[in-house]
Amino acid sequence: MNSEQQYIDLYDRYGEVIASHSPALLNGLRRQAYEDFRRLKFPTRKSERYRYSDVPAAFAPDYGLNLKRLDIPVNPYDVFTCDVPNLSTSLYFVVNDAFYDKARPAAPLPQGVMVCSLREAAEKCPDLLQAHYGRLAPTGEDALTALNTMLVQDGLFIYVPKNTVLERAVQVVNILRSDVDLMVNRRVLVVVEEGAQARILFCDHAADDRAFLATQVVEAFVGENARLELYELEETHVKNHRFSNLYARQAAYSTTVFAGFTLHNGFTRNRTDIVLAGRGAETSLYGCVIADQEQHVDNNTLIDHQAPDSHSTELYKYVLDDRATGAFAGRVLVRAGAQGVTSQESNANLCATKEARMYTQPMLEIYADDVKCSHGSTVGQLDEQALFYMRQRGIAPEEARTLLKFAFVAQVLDVLKLDALRDRLHYLVEKRFRGELGKCEGCKFRK
Amino acid sequence: MLEIKDLHAAINGKEILKGIDLTVRPGEIHALMGLNGAGKSTLSNVLVGHPAYEVTRGSVTFNGKDLLALSPEERSHEGLFLSFQQPVEIPGVSMVNFMRAALNAKRKYQGLEPMSAGDFLKLMREKRRIVELDSKLANRSVNEGFSGGEKKRNEIFQMAVLEPLFSILDETDSGLDVDALRIVAEGFNKLRTPETSALVITHYQRLLDYLRPDFVHVLIGGRIVRSGGPELATEIENRGFDWIKAGIPEE
Repeated sequence: MNSEQQYIDLYDRYGEVIASHSPALLNGLRRQAYEDFRRLKFPTRKSERYRYSDVPAAFAPDYGLNLKRLDIPVNPYDVFTCDVPNLSTSLYFVVNDAFYDKARPAAPLPQGVMVCSLREAAEKCPDLLQAHYGRLAPTGEDALTALNTMLVQDGLFIYVPKNTVLERAVQVVNILRSDVDLMVNRRVLVVVEEGAQARILFCDHAADDRAFLATQVVEAFVGENARLELYELEETHVKNHRFSNLYARQAAYSTTVFAGFTLHNGFTRNRTDIVLAGRGAETSLYGCVIADQEQHVDNNTLIDHQAPDSHSTELYKYVLDDRATGAFAGRVLVRAGAQGVTSQESNANLCATKEARMYTQPMLEIYADDVKCSHGSTVGQLDEQALFYMRQRGIAPEEARTLLKFAFVAQVLDVLKLDALRDRLHYLVEKRFRGELGKCEGCKFRK
Repeated sequence: MLEIKDLHAAINGKEILKGIDLTVRPGEIHALMGLNGAGKSTLSNVLVGHPAYEVTRGSVTFNGKDLLALSPEERSHEGLFLSFQQPVEIPGVSMVNFMRAALNAKRKYQGLEPMSAGDFLKLMREKRRIVELDSKLANRSVNEGFSGGEKKRNEIFQMAVLEPLFSILDETDSGLDVDALRIVAEGFNKLRTPETSALVITHYQRLLDYLRPDFVHVLIGGRIVRSGGPELATEIENRGFDWIKAGIPEE
């Protein structure tokens, strides 16, 4: 049986159950998503954007799903204590795919700002949700987006109205929690309207030593002159499979920063598609990957310069140890007529062992003539001369390697505008390299 | 302090050192001179345990310990220091973090607690003055973007922080202008004590004018072929090596 068949069977059998436990608005796209998924099937390695990740294998096992949306007993405040000093975010939780509506953020959000479940948004502002849900994430192109749209039952809604500036960052802690192996389908919709500003930090944690298969589709709308910084920090475990597809669309003169930090994981595949639709729109994409054992991290990005004078910067750094595999494929597309575009793309990688594997594929595709674009990638090993120099000064080889690896990724950590988060990441990354970050830092688990 | 006996060493299977005998007592400074390719840098690399070099015969004892049995970092903790001919740039690792890691590793080896951040910064400030190293350099990545002279001053600065018993200066004078040479040499002299000794590898008399070695050795073809007092260096400066080479029997 093909990997996709069990999901088709699932929908055939439980489609009614899925729909009856979901807001009506999410059901609107379900049938089309089902048809698209049947047609597309899971991408194999022959598919250009999935060359480096074996998707059918990841979806082959039989995971449980919580289709009837039974309450999973958890108090996130018990299992998670964020000890980022001075971060002072507005803190929210999503347990599996469900927004935790008893969150007690330290201070009220500014007038009109919403951070809630899709279900709540469907009741309070159906028009707003209708106007955005599914508009950026085409089910006809990517089987994983189709699958997510077909099965999704709830998720997170973040709305920042026109000209509203969120002083505090919104921190959303995603907690995977289950007593059996579980599949989770999460949906996130972010709308930052004209002139508004927001910083959002997603922290992915797995609270149980179970196998998880988590799909996520994020749609982010960024209005004219708006600013959105979206940080994602994954600290899960080796039995976690993460498939995240993020789609963003930027209006004129908007600015975004998307930064992903994979500190601890199992199998991670992040797709990031940014459309610079309006003149002068600007985006910066950053990624920092630290993987060892048999961990797998695949970042696949597309920056689509549709408008003139749009700008992009892209920097991904990987440190791979043991038998870890990493992949980076970044396509920068400059459409005809998009004059005055500047774009810099860079991917640098460190393979600390002979067995670690890195696949890197920076791509530039330009159909305009007045542009300035560069792209490049490197794969290297730790500098033996530097290692010996440090040992001569008395630094043990393990410590010397840690210092060198840390130095390598520090460049990406230092782009962070959130000082407290940056400091915290320095701390976490250092611990990670010392092998002291076996499980989620900041999570205290209680059974 | 340091006793080298019949030391043979090879790199990539090629024998470079062909029987070195050398004894250095506390407080002494020995100069090692010789043509390029004579094995001077090989000797310094072997002493600090560079993994590319293989000792094929002989022994080295350092304060009674079998030096060759120790790892490079243990040799460092025991008090061995090499001022590199070409100091390595380490982008992203700040001088502060680098030196703190080095110093605390040594303290741990000695059974001491790590130094507090405050004490450490004070120590850095103090030692920086010895080689007139700009505080900005100390806050930058190790050797990154340093000029040739700054790199060499940085080597002596590290020596000042780690306070080794035995230092090897491998062509520390190369690429230095006269002012930088003076600063480096005077810095080194300030660090001397009756208990510390050094092996100074150089091609030139000028550095030795500052350091005033007790002994001068000439290394040719992997062997020490002549030893003498400081006057030997002066003679080499005037006459070159040919007259010494002429006195060595062909193999």
